[in-house]
Amino acid sequence: MPTFVRTDKCKGCMECVRICPSDIMHIDPEQGRAYNIEPAMCWECFACVKACPEAAIEVRGYADFAPLGHSVQPTRTPDKIEWKIRMRNGDQKEFTFPIRTTPWGSIRAPQEGASPSAEARSGELLSFEPDYLAVEALPTLPRRPTTA
Amino acid sequence: MSEPGAEPVTHEVDCDLLIIGGGFAGCGAAFEARYWGRDLKVVVAEKAAIERSGAVAQGLSAINCYMGMRWNENQPEDFVRYVRNDLMGLSREDLVYDIARHVDSTVHLFEEWGLPIFTDPQTGRYVREGRWQIMIHGESYKPIIAEATRKSVDEVHERIMVTHLLPAADDPHRVAGAVGFSVRDGSFYVFRAKAVIVAASGASHIYRPRSAGEGAGRTWYPPWASGSAYALLIQMGAEMTQMENRLVVTRFKDGYGPVGAWFLLLKAIATNAAGESYETSRLPELRERVGAYADAKPMPTCLRNHLMLQEILAGRGPILLHTERVLDTPEKESIGWEDFLNMTIGQAVTWASQGIEPKSVPSELILSEPYVMGSHAVCAGAWTSGPGDLSEAEYRWGYNRMTTVAGLFGAGDTVGGSAHKFSSGSYTEGRLAAKAAVAFLRDHPDPVPVRAADVEGFRRKIFAPREHWEVEGPQVTAGTVHPEVLFPDQGLTRLEKIMDEYGGGVSANYSTSRNLLERGLGHLAALRHDMSRLGARDLHQLQRGWELDHRLWTAEAVLRHTLFREETRWPGYYYRADFPHVDDARWKCFVNSTYAPATGEWQVFTRPYRALF
Ligand SMILES: Cc1cc2nc3c(=O)[nH]c(=O)nc-3n(C[C@H](O)[C@H](O)[C@H](O)COP(=O)(O)OP(=O)(O)OC[C@H]3O[C@@H](n4cnc5c(N)ncnc54)[C@H](O)[C@@H]3O)c2cc1C
Ligand code: SF4
Ligand code: SF4
Repeated sequence: MPTFVRTDKCKGCMECVRICPSDIMHIDPEQGRAYNIEPAMCWECFACVKACPEAAIEVRGYADFAPLGHSVQPTRTPDKIEWKIRMRNGDQKEFTFPIRTTPWGSIRAPQEGASPSAEARSGELLSFEPDYLAVEALPTLPRRPTTA
Repeated sequence: MSEPGAEPVTHEVDCDLLIIGGGFAGCGAAFEARYWGRDLKVVVAEKAAIERSGAVAQGLSAINCYMGMRWNENQPEDFVRYVRNDLMGLSREDLVYDIARHVDSTVHLFEEWGLPIFTDPQTGRYVREGRWQIMIHGESYKPIIAEATRKSVDEVHERIMVTHLLPAADDPHRVAGAVGFSVRDGSFYVFRAKAVIVAASGASHIYRPRSAGEGAGRTWYPPWASGSAYALLIQMGAEMTQMENRLVVTRFKDGYGPVGAWFLLLKAIATNAAGESYETSRLPELRERVGAYADAKPMPTCLRNHLMLQEILAGRGPILLHTERVLDTPEKESIGWEDFLNMTIGQAVTWASQGIEPKSVPSELILSEPYVMGSHAVCAGAWTSGPGDLSEAEYRWGYNRMTTVAGLFGAGDTVGGSAHKFSSGSYTEGRLAAKAAVAFLRDHPDPVPVRAADVEGFRRKIFAPREHWEVEGPQVTAGTVHPEVLFPDQGLTRLEKIMDEYGGGVSANYSTSRNLLERGLGHLAALRHDMSRLGARDLHQLQRGWELDHRLWTAEAVLRHTLFREETRWPGYYYRADFPHVDDARWKCFVNSTYAPATGEWQVFTRPYRALF
């Protein structure tokens, strides 16, 4: 059922509940642990899997077309993500990819720096343009006369 | 969670600018609104959590819209020509040009923020996947832009399902905010705003998906894309365009992994089961159907779909993508897997479970069920005003990206007529809308009064499915079968069946006709009637109920537009079997519509297409 949760690992911290875009990771009131309440609305997006601090959530491919006996599991750190894949025949694959080149929290807020001028407000340029376009001027076209 | 029977708590949020949806377009709007409107109160209302909400929840492996003007790779005119071609002639070229000329600055901001973009060490340029696409290590694409959003706005209200826009007390054509509810604690939210940007999603699950059981979640566009972008606007009376221009995508079968990197970067080819290329051999028959569009280069997305469909119908499927011929080095194998691990992990799960080694065997391709959206190779959505310096008078009524409702702006999937925006273009359009909205706010600084009766009416309406269940539920023993209650999942199944069978879904090979569409509209009307008996056992079901309501509005617009356009403009997206050809003489124009909230009547009409150059 796309995501499932290992009983021995889940601590009921609600991180998966907070993050799931489909609102389908809920806490089972009897067990105090998370589970997927609506597998047919799970996108296998892995947002909950990546967010779980206990690595308690895994994915079992959709029953309609995914035979059993496989696994795809990530470990995400601040600058990279590692994937471990187990194919149906037991073969293993591992891949690691970067996810960010700057420290988390380092983005410059748009209100840092001087306020835009009145002239900039009425023109077509967006924030930090034309500098961030890396060309001299914003392209435009002569307006065509209105056709009847 | 509010106790059964208890009145939900009301939260009132007053702000200058309300942004509905913190996806790509909404995050772009948040950033830009703060840059120009330092003193304004800017608020985001989002139904999930912005670090992983919307179509980019998993991440992406490419930025599909980047000009590269600094290296003179492309100019905005080149992009307009490409989009004109791909949309079989019909797009709002002023809007398309506007995205193209600004999109590079968005991508350069993303790079500065820390998004890893593939760069060629020799030339220093971004690595191109195709003419418009660049490759990224995009697992954290959404968390990165969410960080910028959190730094930009005053408040982000999460897990708020926005259900309706609020009209001004004295002017139904002026927006004054929005209402919704918290999916977490069941409280009622009233946002009062002087301007609103709708950046809520396009729609999946309008049409029955190919996988109907547990795999129904594996749609190409995410299952949480519920068409709020369209439903919110339609009910305010905003003019809509191209709602018939719905998207069918060529994807890896079952896992729905995108094919872009495979065709463009890895140069894989697709053949029929016998190993034959079929696109050239089918050209003569295509010319007969669509005329000169058949020879457009590159071939429009819908026509490539069409050729694949014809090949499958002729019994020469399955169509195979020959991954095994191109993954000849470990680097390429890694690129192939990363493409999916970064944006469609379900495809990697499908390969692992079905034992498919892409470097050894080809994979099946298939055409997806249809989706309704405005940011990909289609452009359904709101009819909006264009940029001040280049739009003609009939495409411009004041503020860039403002809809026909005063103070109501759109961006991303919300805005019609401007296809091929993708992630970077949607973010850019959010920026454009926000700059214009800030200008609107300077011209209209006064609070906009709302009618208390309107707010109260919405409150009753929103929670009615909870109350209905509380009253009716106990009349029947356990189970889900009840003569007076429709549950959201049951209504969704019905909607999908109607759209699939009458509106040209996969079971009908994307084909429909006047008679089918009229019957389909009749069935939708009956479903609309049953919505007054919607039941929700809990807040999660209440969200699903309102998502169903939004999908139903979207579906109705799609059928009405499809009925009105008496031609087959985009074969491969859908067919009007009773008008099978492209008919430029009558239909090289936009099909637009408005719904009048006061009378409940729809009007469907045409607007002229004007080439930008
Ligand atoms: C599988 C896949 C692959 C793709 N590949 C690429 C690619 O390689 N490159 C590329 O550039 N683009 C790609 N795209 C396209 C890109 O993701 C979209 O074009 C873009 O995200 C659209 O932006 P948006 O803001 O309109 O919608 P979204 O990003 O989906 O944001 C909509 C937001 O609105 C919120 N919302 C919806 N309804 C409500 C409501 N009622 N109340 C409150 N909030 C609501 C949602 O939760 C979401 O946060 C891909 C998309 C998919 C699905
Ligand atoms: S995030 Fe992990 S540990 Fe926390 S509730 Fe979810 S499954 Fe349990
Ligand atoms: S994989 Fe995505 S959709 Fe499925 S439960 Fe996890 S977060 Fe939700």
